[in-house]
Amino acid sequence: MTHSSVPMPHNEAVSADLADTDAPAAERPPRARRRGLTSIEALGLLLVFGLTARPGLTDLFAAPAAQAWAARFVAVCVQAFPFLVLGVALSAAISAFVPAGFFHKAVPKRTALAVPVAGVAGAVLPACECASVPVAGALVRRGVAPAAAFTFMLASPAINPIVVVSTFVAFPGNPEMVAARVCASLVAAVGIGWLWAKLGKTEWLRLPEHRHHDDGKWAAYWAAIRHDFLHAGGYLVIGAAIAASLNTLVPETWLAPIADSPVLGVLALAVLAVLVSICSESDAFVAASLTQFSPTAKLAFMVVGPFIDVKLAAMQAGTFGRRFAARFAPAAFLAALAAAALMGVVWL
Amino acid sequence: MRRDAQAVILLLVGGGMLRLAWTGDYLDYVKPYAFWLIVPAGVLLVAVAAITGVQAWKDRADSGDGHGHGEPKVAWLLLAPVVGMLLVAPDALGSYEAERTGTVVGAEESRSSYPELPDDVDPVPLTLLDYAARAIFDEGQTLEGHRIQLRGFILYEGDEPQLARMVVSCCAADARPVKIGFDWASSNSDVPADLEPDQWVEVVGEYSPRQGRDEINGELVPYIEVESITGIPAPDNEYQ
Repeated sequence: MTHSSVPMPHNEAVSADLADTDAPAAERPPRARRRGLTSIEALGLLLVFGLTARPGLTDLFAAPAAQAWAARFVAVCVQAFPFLVLGVALSAAISAFVPAGFFHKAVPKRTALAVPVAGVAGAVLPACECASVPVAGALVRRGVAPAAAFTFMLASPAINPIVVVSTFVAFPGNPEMVAARVCASLVAAVGIGWLWAKLGKTEWLRLPEHRHHDDGKWAAYWAAIRHDFLHAGGYLVIGAAIAASLNTLVPETWLAPIADSPVLGVLALAVLAVLVSICSESDAFVAASLTQFSPTAKLAFMVVGPFIDVKLAAMQAGTFGRRFAARFAPAAFLAALAAAALMGVVWL
Repeated sequence: MRRDAQAVILLLVGGGMLRLAWTGDYLDYVKPYAFWLIVPAGVLLVAVAAITGVQAWKDRADSGDGHGHGEPKVAWLLLAPVVGMLLVAPDALGSYEAERTGTVVGAEESRSSYPELPDDVDPVPLTLLDYAARAIFDEGQTLEGHRIQLRGFILYEGDEPQLARMVVSCCAADARPVKIGFDWASSNSDVPADLEPDQWVEVVGEYSPRQGRDEINGELVPYIEVESITGIPAPDNEYQ
């Protein structure tokens, strides 16, 4: 928000000035670092901000491109928040109510075996990737081998029943596409799990700490929901802003010449899946609409998307730490791409 | 971040989502079914906010300290979507986006059946996507002999006005337009000059074999022989 770049009618300049000074204040209060903001102060600031900023904001977002960006940004957030809430509610339940010994019994001792079991178990969580990230975090915290938890995290948004059905509906009369998607996602997820078991280092992981609560399980449950939602939600907002920017700024005309080449087409749609960050439950419909591209390219779009995209990378960095995300994201991308190419040759 | 500030943020996010659901504005951003996801999630967030607020207040009464364990600063970013939902409240995507994105009709290519249109309805209301699929992939066989009614907004491809509607699969971030051209050949009047971009219209007409190509992605754009074109208010759900 700069004063000079935004043309503003004279009578609204005052409120816009207020908006400019209040916006950073409401988002990054300098005092928060020392003693935090009381809710009364926060509410007061927000009220002032809400009352004064609206004309300024309306001006700022009057341009069609800014409107479109804001609509996309809000859309990604509104679509993702319910799944994030579901995910953090589940992960909080795992943290608070599932006894620590349970997963030791339920998950096979040998990691090499636990990984494929976790992959198939991913089918039971009928939600998209925003939900599976916090659940995987809770599993790791509960003592499940990280390799198995990551396989679960990757497989679940790609092979759960809702996604399978929506893929089936998006590609009518083309069940090979469903089979190829499920196979490629499972193979890549299990591959990543084994890769982590062999090469992964625990010091890359930095799970945000959960405090012990002496007030009982329910207190721990609500505290975990609050903490996980605020944490993962903040990162989700970063991802949503990036995805909205890319969707608005990258013109579609760039895609057309690439689509004709089989190899470039697969790469292009894999990269597109990372950039646009669509929920796995409906990415099949978007893939189906990219008709200029080969079936294998569409498959790559659907396999890569639930594995890694900008929104997920931001959330993974928040849940497991940045050093982890920097290594995990490229590995997940390459594994998904390779599995999609392989299954494309086998099935399509 | 202190715990009572966290409660405020949770309340704002949850309340913002509930407000979108209450006013119906959520349809500008997500599919109608998302109502059943937004409402429980919003209620849960408001509940967590309430519990957090009560605990913070109690703890303060106990120890005079509502400290929040140095919770993540990244959570302040959650205010951005709140500002977006409550203050900016952007409109549904319209002609600006549609003019920059290729028509999406190719998704219907693998459709296998085109049921006959009813004979006792005149004109037959169709979605733009259905009309385009029947016109392009079925060569208009099921459209012949019917008067068709289409609703969408106006966009300009160069100087040429077209009818369009945004198709959304998940949320507005993946919105893509389906476009239909106007064939004025048989209509008595000339092209109306007062068609504004983003204006919603109801078009009644008949199938035209004429087809064009979208300049952006080279997909086929079907045409409709216009009998009448009238302005209508924007529908609640502008997407399809």
